[in-house]
Amino acid sequence: MKPFLYQRPGSLAQTFDLLSEYGSSARILAGGTDLIVGLRQQSVDASVLVDIKGIGEFLPEVAFADGHFVIGATTDISRVCENEKFRATFPALVEAMETVGSVQIRNRATLVGNVCNASPAADTVPPLAIYGAMVNVGGRDGTRQVPVQEFIRGPRQTALRPGEFVLSVQLPVPNAPLGVAFARLTRRRGVDLATVNLSCSIDSVGTVRFAFGAVGPRLVLGIERSGVLADSGAPAGDRDAALANLIAATSPRTDIRGTQDYRSAMLLVLSRRILAEAAGRLDSGQP
Amino acid sequence: MIDALPVVLNINGLKYEFEVLPYRSLLDVLRDELGLTGTKECCAVGECGACTVHFDGRSINACLMLAIEADGGSVTTIEGIAPPGEMTRVQDAFLEHGAVQCGFCIPGMVMSAEYLLARNPHPTEEETREGLSGNLCRCGGYNRMLQAISSVSEESTP
Ligand code: FES
Ligand code: FES
Repeated sequence: MKPFLYQRPGSLAQTFDLLSEYGSSARILAGGTDLIVGLRQQSVDASVLVDIKGIGEFLPEVAFADGHFVIGATTDISRVCENEKFRATFPALVEAMETVGSVQIRNRATLVGNVCNASPAADTVPPLAIYGAMVNVGGRDGTRQVPVQEFIRGPRQTALRPGEFVLSVQLPVPNAPLGVAFARLTRRRGVDLATVNLSCSIDSVGTVRFAFGAVGPRLVLGIERSGVLADSGAPAGDRDAALANLIAATSPRTDIRGTQDYRSAMLLVLSRRILAEAAGRLDSGQP
Repeated sequence: MIDALPVVLNINGLKYEFEVLPYRSLLDVLRDELGLTGTKECCAVGECGACTVHFDGRSINACLMLAIEADGGSVTTIEGIAPPGEMTRVQDAFLEHGAVQCGFCIPGMVMSAEYLLARNPHPTEEETREGLSGNLCRCGGYNRMLQAISSVSEESTP
């Protein structure tokens, strides 16, 4: 690794001071599972790492307030997955989080870091968007909220402005019955990036939402309100046509993990599957 | 010029105080500065698990953690998993089941297996596979490892 300075501020105020002092040469360090790899492979350049794990204001555990779950910037994925109430409320997101890396990675990697890394293939992002997650962005002048799908603007690009960093991600508890499912396709289970990943929700009035990852520079969202996708008795051809219509908004590429055609074909197959799963969850009263 | 920073670390029950450059990984310091070479380096990017140690009781990849980040914490490496001269049940079971071939992945495998069994003494085969999914064995000896772990699980009272 190229030499860098290390700072461990004890408060948010000190962190903002450091970010304005060092500007774009500073990088935030939380779990480090992407950042350290980037530094070692020299795909990331930093002259200062600002380790935010010493910030007194951050809670290590998932918090619940005013109908929202709040996950702080230093909370690792394993801790989120261990929270029983969170698991019961956001099962599809938990499934996505449990596919991130390995046990050792999840014990360090943070959910916020997975969002900030802004990888088009991030597995947590489709279900976060489906559950309506907001990113709480902190700056010297206060905090602003950005929906997760707007926060990630493209590969490795976020809506962060100079001097800002992400304080937390928050998720509203669904206020009406909702069934949500998640799927991903990888070449092998375990440490690998997704070839495609997707999540969908279905509510009791028949609205279906889809989020497709790894098939475009940013997340692709679709919504279908005609009721054909919510009606499992509708002709299969009509349902496939409605899914194909949503998938048409994606722009998969050919790369080492799969060809464009393969990705499109798998999106349809997996969309059918998670739609059935989400409908089952809606019927069983699971969110 | 970047200065070395002071670190206090408990490693395998002993207190270590030293200075470290901020861009040194915990793995490099364990191996190159403290002589604890049981923990291996292979990929250095978090994919193989050869560098698995327990930090504050949780299994992590030592190649993805800076030594300075570990300041004030406690680390258990393969050298400290059992008292000197002794082996854990997992280590014995790996030997009994012939789970060790070249041996390079074994310290990391043992650390992952110990972590799994400490939290879940009777894992299903699927849970065991998931528990070891961050550890690669280039010799491909996974089945014997699974057998070894399941034998330890069966011995302990449910
Ligand atoms: S050396 Fe750390 S995971 Fe491979
Ligand atoms: S025993 Fe050789 S790498 Fe696992």
